Amino acid sequence: MRHGRWRFLAGALVPALVLHVVFVLSPYAQAFYLSLTDWTGVAGEAHFVGARNYARLGGDSLFLDAVRNNAVMLVVVPLVTIGIGLFLASMMHLGGRGGRRGIAGSGAYQIVYFFPQLLSLVVIAVLWGFVYNPNTGLLNGGLRAIGLGGLAQSWLASPALALIAVMAVLVWSSVGFYVVLFSAAIDGIPRELFEAALLDGAGGWATFRKVTLPLVRETVQVAFVYLGIAALDAFAVVQVMTVGPGGPDGATEVIGLSLYRNAFTYGKFGYASAMGVALFFATLTLAVLALRAGRKERLELA
Amino acid sequence: MNRPPLAEPYPTRRTLLRTALAAGVAAPLLSGCVTGGGDDADPAAGNTGAKSADNPLGVKAETPLEVVIFKGGYGDEYAKHAGTLYTRKYPGAKIDHQGLQKIGEALQPRFVANTPPDVVDNTGASRLDIATLVAAKQVTDLSALLDAPSFDDPAVKVRDTLLPGVIEDGTFGQTPLTLNFTYTVWGLWYSKSLFAAKGWAYPKTWDEMLALCATIKAAGIAPWTYQGKYPEYINDPLLSMAAKTGGLALVRAVDNLEPNAWKAPGLISAAEAFAELAGKGYLMAGSEALTHTEAQAAWSNGKAAFIPCGSWLESEQKDVTPPGFDMVMGTVPSRTAGDQLKATAVQAASSESFLVPAKAKNPAGGMEYLRILFSKQSAKAFASTAGTLPAVAGATDGLTLSSGLGSVRDAVTAAGAETFTYRFRTWYAPLAKALDDATGELVNKRITAAEWAQRVQKAADAIAKDSSVQKYTR
Repeated sequence: MRHGRWRFLAGALVPALVLHVVFVLSPYAQAFYLSLTDWTGVAGEAHFVGARNYARLGGDSLFLDAVRNNAVMLVVVPLVTIGIGLFLASMMHLGGRGGRRGIAGSGAYQIVYFFPQLLSLVVIAVLWGFVYNPNTGLLNGGLRAIGLGGLAQSWLASPALALIAVMAVLVWSSVGFYVVLFSAAIDGIPRELFEAALLDGAGGWATFRKVTLPLVRETVQVAFVYLGIAALDAFAVVQVMTVGPGGPDGATEVIGLSLYRNAFTYGKFGYASAMGVALFFATLTLAVLALRAGRKERLELA
Repeated sequence: MNRPPLAEPYPTRRTLLRTALAAGVAAPLLSGCVTGGGDDADPAAGNTGAKSADNPLGVKAETPLEVVIFKGGYGDEYAKHAGTLYTRKYPGAKIDHQGLQKIGEALQPRFVANTPPDVVDNTGASRLDIATLVAAKQVTDLSALLDAPSFDDPAVKVRDTLLPGVIEDGTFGQTPLTLNFTYTVWGLWYSKSLFAAKGWAYPKTWDEMLALCATIKAAGIAPWTYQGKYPEYINDPLLSMAAKTGGLALVRAVDNLEPNAWKAPGLISAAEAFAELAGKGYLMAGSEALTHTEAQAAWSNGKAAFIPCGSWLESEQKDVTPPGFDMVMGTVPSRTAGDQLKATAVQAASSESFLVPAKAKNPAGGMEYLRILFSKQSAKAFASTAGTLPAVAGATDGLTLSSGLGSVRDAVTAAGAETFTYRFRTWYAPLAKALDDATGELVNKRITAAEWAQRVQKAADAIAKDSSVQKYTR
């Protein structure tokens, strides 16, 4: 009996474990090793160069631009997305008259907000590329139509606006998912708590701050990790949409794009792997910090 | 097999898998001995036959041949046609023809595994970086092919049937390694019918260009547009202008990464010319954010008079150009009266680059295939359908050409020996990126010509100093 159980366990676990090792762990190990070589990507041999690739990172001005842009995105994208997501989710649940239910038609909104999630990121980037077109785009066209033609801009081609334009797309594309996520979290809060708050005379803002927010805290934290990882990537949108890509003049360069260019355009797979390893540790650190930060107070709803 | 473990480790998937399974993280220490064995064997051993007047490259008739072709705007029928001629000559040979778009994705693992095909058309957006391939010694020396008699006329060598510059374009160090099949010419494009209707004459000097731009602007049309999302398009006329001013010495100095090459008066003055073009508002508003498709469509629809582009423009615009537009290419106007090259000089380079991998199983067959492809009859068949010039001289003789392609052929004829091309873009891709970024800033009035030269020179110096980059000279 016991013997059969072990066999069952092994049968269930080993295939998954092997797949994981082959397709997840081994490429990681490979990248770590390649980052210490001068591998070109087209030959079966590579030479060990030690930490030289890592030393080069610090002097690569385009890579430093990328780090700066990713850092900005890491702060802005999660904050704005979570802010909008929480606002919309709580409006859909508590924004209605009297604060007891959502505003009218909240179910329909929830579906509409989720739409961008159904599109591939590349499609989104292409569509927004059209929207941002300075001459025929929807954005400038709309501004001109309402008499604000003076505000029309060459969105993706001006260094001051390009990164903001990219971040807006990232926020737009992900906010719907977090609305749904936060809605589910708010649904999990017992109704009585809101009613009690209402009876105590709490307004919408106070209810949100004192009841909703503390009780969805863990969901927000998870959202932070996901969004942080997305903000450290952003490769697809930048590659498809921006001038250059990564421009103008490095204004929207991201680490993923630098990595891609070094590997596939310049044939420097070793150096690109070093970027990948650096990005890996940045992401890992972010995840650990974000999950540690809020571990302390865990509210129990009895 | 007694290699020192760290001298030449082979980072293939197989080695890493094994080591990762066996030793976890300590992968590199064990990987040295795993795949070392078979790599030194010559994969072409036994696949060459006796050389003869009819078979100058020593093809072994029944050896199969694998051909990988980039199937882009020109399709791959022309390559299949060459394959048919090959099997007609060697009926025992089986040709495995593959027309692909993602050349790099398909072939990178095969180069790494030392099992590449016999002929590769390394072209398209995902092509492999040729300088990297060359530095990794993955490409066969084509001297034997160039010295072989041509397929059409045994009295003429292959090297004497090509347009000027084609062999140089594929030469790295002293060795010819790739052979480019199409011949691209860069210039400024305009609508002949529009210019005739308005009474505008194509300018020969930059001063005339500026004067004409003022007229065009007054007529309510933007004088220029460019493919702003990819600033390399507007680099081409800038660099052409500089080459005309400074002559081939300037071009060589740039390619050889000589100190202060980018601060040559010819380059500064060309950069000033384009800064002035932008400063006077002669570039269509919004161009800086347009893709090549959007900018070219605006030009085809008459929103702008000039657009810089290579000779592929006509076929690219086939579906969006109104009838009667009659696009033609003009050469970049002279900047000064003392220019080293005439106004008719053109920037021309061959592209669509064919190579025979060093580890190919049938290199003799690969070269023979190229000898057939670069014959006049194959090239003519290509020119009649592809709408672009082949790299074979005289391939368009007797063909009726469209207005654009006709103007390109006339430009090549008028230029005579005065064709030039820069090589740094293929030799040093990071320098090309730095230049594109700087030029984008220049024509958007965010930096001056002097700052432009400063920035590009800095990038060139960085490459020159970098010992990990293989250097070439011309």
